[in-house]
Amino acid sequence: MAKKLMKGSEAIPEAAIQAGCRFFFGYPITPQNDIPEYMSARLPKVGGCFLQAESEVAAINMVYGAAAAGARVMTSSSSPGVSLKQEGISYIAGAELPCVICNMMRGGPGLGSIQPSQGDYFQATKGGGHGDYHLIVLAPSSVQEAVDLMHTAFDLADIYRTPVMLLADGIIGQMMEPVEFHEHEKRELPDKPWAVTGYDPNGTKPRAIVNSLYIEVDELQEMNDRLQARYKEIQEKEVMVEKYNTEGAEVIICAYGTVARICKSAIALCAEKGVKVGLVRPITLWPFPEKELVEVMAQPSVKRELTVEISAGQMHEDVRLAINGSKPTDFYGKPGSYTPTAEEIAEYILKTREA
Amino acid sequence: MLWTNIFAGFGGQGVLLIGQLLAYAGMYEGKNVSWLPSYGPEMRGGTANCSVVVSDDPIASPCINMANCVIAMNRPSLDKFEQNVLPGGKLFINSSIIDKKATRTDIDVYYVPCNEIADKLNNPKVGNMAMLGAYLEATKAVDSKSVLDALLYKLGEKKAHLIPLNEQAIELGKESVRDQIK
Repeated sequence: MAKKLMKGSEAIPEAAIQAGCRFFFGYPITPQNDIPEYMSARLPKVGGCFLQAESEVAAINMVYGAAAAGARVMTSSSSPGVSLKQEGISYIAGAELPCVICNMMRGGPGLGSIQPSQGDYFQATKGGGHGDYHLIVLAPSSVQEAVDLMHTAFDLADIYRTPVMLLADGIIGQMMEPVEFHEHEKRELPDKPWAVTGYDPNGTKPRAIVNSLYIEVDELQEMNDRLQARYKEIQEKEVMVEKYNTEGAEVIICAYGTVARICKSAIALCAEKGVKVGLVRPITLWPFPEKELVEVMAQPSVKRELTVEISAGQMHEDVRLAINGSKPTDFYGKPGSYTPTAEEIAEYILKTREA
Repeated sequence: MLWTNIFAGFGGQGVLLIGQLLAYAGMYEGKNVSWLPSYGPEMRGGTANCSVVVSDDPIASPCINMANCVIAMNRPSLDKFEQNVLPGGKLFINSSIIDKKATRTDIDVYYVPCNEIADKLNNPKVGNMAMLGAYLEATKAVDSKSVLDALLYKLGEKKAHLIPLNEQAIELGKESVRDQIK
């Protein structure tokens, strides 16, 4: 199939539809409005339903409902809107339902800015709402990867009965790149006997009840144990990471999303000065590619690690936990919405090398 | 081959469009491309710019700080982005409305009378295409045939009659810089 030049926030909803998503519930917020706009035009044509809810809270609860009925459903928003959805996301995690949530991060806290940011890493990877749960968090660094990850997102959601978040920044949404919508390797998907699809008193299927309330301590424990066992399996099986130029590198950068691509340009600038820098780019932020990072860091050539983020160093905490003091680590970046340039990152690497 | 470009001007001059046409054309020619607009609380008449990368190799960063080429369609864009041209790079200035010369001496500078070319064609809207023509002549980044294919895709069959006009603007833009190319 020929490549198409598409904006991230149009390619993402198209990929979702091709992955079988037929329901979208959302509420407008910059910089992701092209996603609901695209869905509103396309979904009715493929027999789906687009609904602009009265608020983010309503939208995520509609997602909860459609997911409970066994549908492939998604919502999208940007940082402040995703904060509003957290209660619903916790309920969906507790009710063990699959859905996809897209967060086009913008600067925060509060209403912040509408420029790109990576300040929602903690919220996305550590749960976000109340209770002991995780989302699978996927972080694309190109429009093509966002398209490919949409398929992965819906499959993982179904396989593990968990909400999956596509965590991108405004750049991925606004940028146009060539994309190809190719066939995706189909994973084996479980049936959804738990789905509430109407009860037949004469049928053989037991009554399905979707709920996240477990009043009895033992029952709640059982549900939590189930979740934790699932998270362990996800950590073992579903880690995705890109290693770039890591062999024989002196410095290893850890960065994700668009920032990782800026780092690749910085790596080229460092190479011009004869300094070999590599990149470990987590594609799954949760599960975090701990083992892969540790392996790269263990190379004798590697002297230190540098995490680069548009945040105060949120992912850097996971990097530090992974490296666990075995080698020095450092952080470069600012909270808010300042996107560092390749030149700045390269300059920092070269400067700290001399120091 | 790697072209990193910043197209800048005020809203309505069509800088985002010519950036997109370059990206489409590059894609048609099998190259890697990216197009990233500046976005924010923008308004008509305000400033607009986009970063466009055309490359044989996979594109690392789509965010361009230092560019091979800067296209300045108005004075504020020149003031802002002249410093962002890589040494040895190219700077294109819309000389119809920018009364200032470039101050850099380590780059190639091209003066393109975009608005005059558009006036000559009796259509004020094609000044951007004249600039794109100048860019194509000086860089040979993509073929103008690919640009016209891209334009046809953007315009659609209903507006296909506008292609010859745009082609003329590209041609006159090319001519305007021919004797400026070293």
